[in-house]
Amino acid sequence: MAAVGGLWLRGAVGSSRSRLARAALTAPAAAAAAAVGSRRSVAHFTFVPDQEPTQYGPTQKMNLFQSITSGLDNVLANDPTAVIFGEDVAFGGVFRCTVGLRDKYGKERVFNTPLCEQGIVGFGIGIAVTGAKAIAEIQFADYIFPAFDQIINEAAKYRYRSGNLFDCGSLTIRAPWGCVGHGALYHSQSPEAFFSHIPGVKVVIPRSPIQAKGLLLSCIEDKNPCIFFEPKILYRAAVEQVPVEAYQIPLSEAEVLQEGNDVTLVAWGTQVHVMKEVASMAQEKLGVSCEVIDLKTILPWDAETICKSVVKTGRLLISHEAPITGGFAAEISSTVQEECFLNLEAPISRVCGYDTPFPHIFEPFYIPDKWKCFDAVRKMINY
Amino acid sequence: MAAVVIRQLGRGWRGVRCSIAAGARRPLSASHAVHQQQFTSLDEKPQFPGASADFVDRLEFLQPNVISGIPIYRVMDRQGQIMNPDEDPKLPKEMVLKFYQKMTLLNTMDRILYESQRQGRISFYMTNYGEEGTHIGSAAALEPDDLVFGQYREAGVLMYRGLSLELFMAQCYASASDVGKGRQMPVHYGSKDLHFVTISSPLATQIPQAVGAAYAYKISQADRAVICYFGEGAASEGDAHAGFNFSATLECPIIFFCRNNGYAISTPTHEQYRGDGIAARGPGYGIISIRVDGNDVFAVYNATKEARRRAVAENQPFLIEAMTYRIGHHSTSDDSSAYRSVDEVNYWDKQDHPISRLRHYMVNKGWWDEEQEKAWRKQSRKRVMEAFEEAERELKPKVDYLFTDVYEEMPVLLQKQQEALQRHLKMYGEHYPMDHYEK
Repeated sequence: MAAVGGLWLRGAVGSSRSRLARAALTAPAAAAAAAVGSRRSVAHFTFVPDQEPTQYGPTQKMNLFQSITSGLDNVLANDPTAVIFGEDVAFGGVFRCTVGLRDKYGKERVFNTPLCEQGIVGFGIGIAVTGAKAIAEIQFADYIFPAFDQIINEAAKYRYRSGNLFDCGSLTIRAPWGCVGHGALYHSQSPEAFFSHIPGVKVVIPRSPIQAKGLLLSCIEDKNPCIFFEPKILYRAAVEQVPVEAYQIPLSEAEVLQEGNDVTLVAWGTQVHVMKEVASMAQEKLGVSCEVIDLKTILPWDAETICKSVVKTGRLLISHEAPITGGFAAEISSTVQEECFLNLEAPISRVCGYDTPFPHIFEPFYIPDKWKCFDAVRKMINY
Repeated sequence: MAAVVIRQLGRGWRGVRCSIAAGARRPLSASHAVHQQQFTSLDEKPQFPGASADFVDRLEFLQPNVISGIPIYRVMDRQGQIMNPDEDPKLPKEMVLKFYQKMTLLNTMDRILYESQRQGRISFYMTNYGEEGTHIGSAAALEPDDLVFGQYREAGVLMYRGLSLELFMAQCYASASDVGKGRQMPVHYGSKDLHFVTISSPLATQIPQAVGAAYAYKISQADRAVICYFGEGAASEGDAHAGFNFSATLECPIIFFCRNNGYAISTPTHEQYRGDGIAARGPGYGIISIRVDGNDVFAVYNATKEARRRAVAENQPFLIEAMTYRIGHHSTSDDSSAYRSVDEVNYWDKQDHPISRLRHYMVNKGWWDEEQEKAWRKQSRKRVMEAFEEAERELKPKVDYLFTDVYEEMPVLLQKQQEALQRHLKMYGEHYPMDHYEK
């Protein structure tokens, strides 16, 4: 099942996205135009690179998949127990995230497993129980559900149920995540809310290559089982100057990307870039000052940073690609309502995917794009 | 026919391994040549990458053989007589006495804890009646630091490795001495020191995990094996399929030990599977497999010993299916007379029991008599009762343990929940069983 999808996307993404990536490498702003040229709809976001970090030594231009490879390379080099496995990782992975690692570190450390997600996660837990580092890949977040039992009932509860005699803290599960323009039902999902209801795991989603490497390395070093979702639409489209050496970005810390006074906008993954654009639109068209926050870690999440911002602005908009009912925005919304009741000047707004499966040809209408978010800001200001 | 199937599969397996070994030394084309030399009888040879086989020109479906299945390996008969001297492990007297004492001590503990559940003193219990031989025989054949993953009916493995009666009881009573901090239901034992991974309720989840642990041992060249126990019912779970297949393709030093006791709660095996039990599945995965008499502690010992030796030396998995009978109820929440006859249970309890069979062997050898039996029964009962009473007297673990170990550290939101409970108990403590918990 996963392999079929992988091959399919390898074909589709491998060609159209690489054109997109080449365009992005030369002129990031031209990415949207390249997508139009390939007769797909205009990209729903614009990636603007963060400033080059200087505190971690030399940097290199990397897209998101290259920054993942770079992080994995650092781990394999520094920890002889670390292994990487999953479906089709040996030849470099269907999204090229493990290219070259098998040649560099050997087939016992970077290897294919049989096509069986419950097996991959169970196997990874077992490696982690011995104390070795296990970095498992699920080919698409859409295919993580067969491993749901191993994640919920096993990985998340290992330490607790054994009284800390045993744990699988050195397990990290990586999975491509989020919409990709044409992924339809099973190559587009954002399942983070399912995992947000599981005490014992950490769920982390980066917005960019710099963030991806730093957060992935934190997940791998963290003493708890982590699920790391990689926005696959950014694999090639997002390019930044990424430090070559290992560095970590702390988990459970949201980041205020842009300060503002009138509205707080919270998102994660690709949707952060949508929010940044919405903030510009709101400033330009409405004269509204938005504070943009990247949540980064879904569980355990940083309620303090969000609440602090809402106390200041008095308004909150949360946006995610996943369906609205039971989505993680509901958790943020009710917590902020509880903590910031006296500061809220309008109802908290959630702009999310609809409560439908993720559709193929209707994707442009499904996603919570900048116009839907902009309209929510407008209504909130006029409340 | 089943035997034929296994021979064929066995040949295929060796073929595959041989070509892998050849591939490691030679260029790819040479390895292909080696591959093809096995089939010289036909001009046209199959070239499909998915299997190494000949063509046949007649339509013939492969029939499973479930009438005359994989034979059951046995060392001693029901009277404790060694059947084939070549197979006698010739274990020293002290070791055999240890086997017997651990099996009977487990049996005594089972009786007392089963009764204590009936009296409402613990919430739940699962006995090991009839399966004591599988635990002790296999545990004795392992190295002490081989990692054990179990299901829940393998307390004898811990008993053999020396877990104290106090810790068994502490877990069942969820007392303050429980190393699991009272969080899991009774019989969910675990011991870091004894390399016994903590039991969890979801069936078969431990199977692919055990394979992962075995892989880690292999690449760290630890010379350690992993053993993974499960019932024949659990073998129907998808995780069993995952574990078997991963262990073979990733060449892991693991022993899969299936306790086929005829029932999964009320479900008899003919509603569980239609093949020749579990052992017959092994060759389909390329796993070397054997079926043993689970009531014969020496047969279990021999099979485990050889599987352990080869698993570590050759980095490949082994499957042992131990045929037994679940004499007790599934658990204290189950009345097995609702789905099986008393006569059936009595046969196994009285005519073919692992404990009585070993006792016959020891009496035949002049290593045990009625006097010793009486004295040991008295002594073991006394020890169990002492541990039992001590566990019952103890307080429960402190309430703060509700919140720790969810993560290695305690997240902010969880700290707030812990503080909220503390505040709540300050105000409403009288409505909670505070006196039973450590402060």
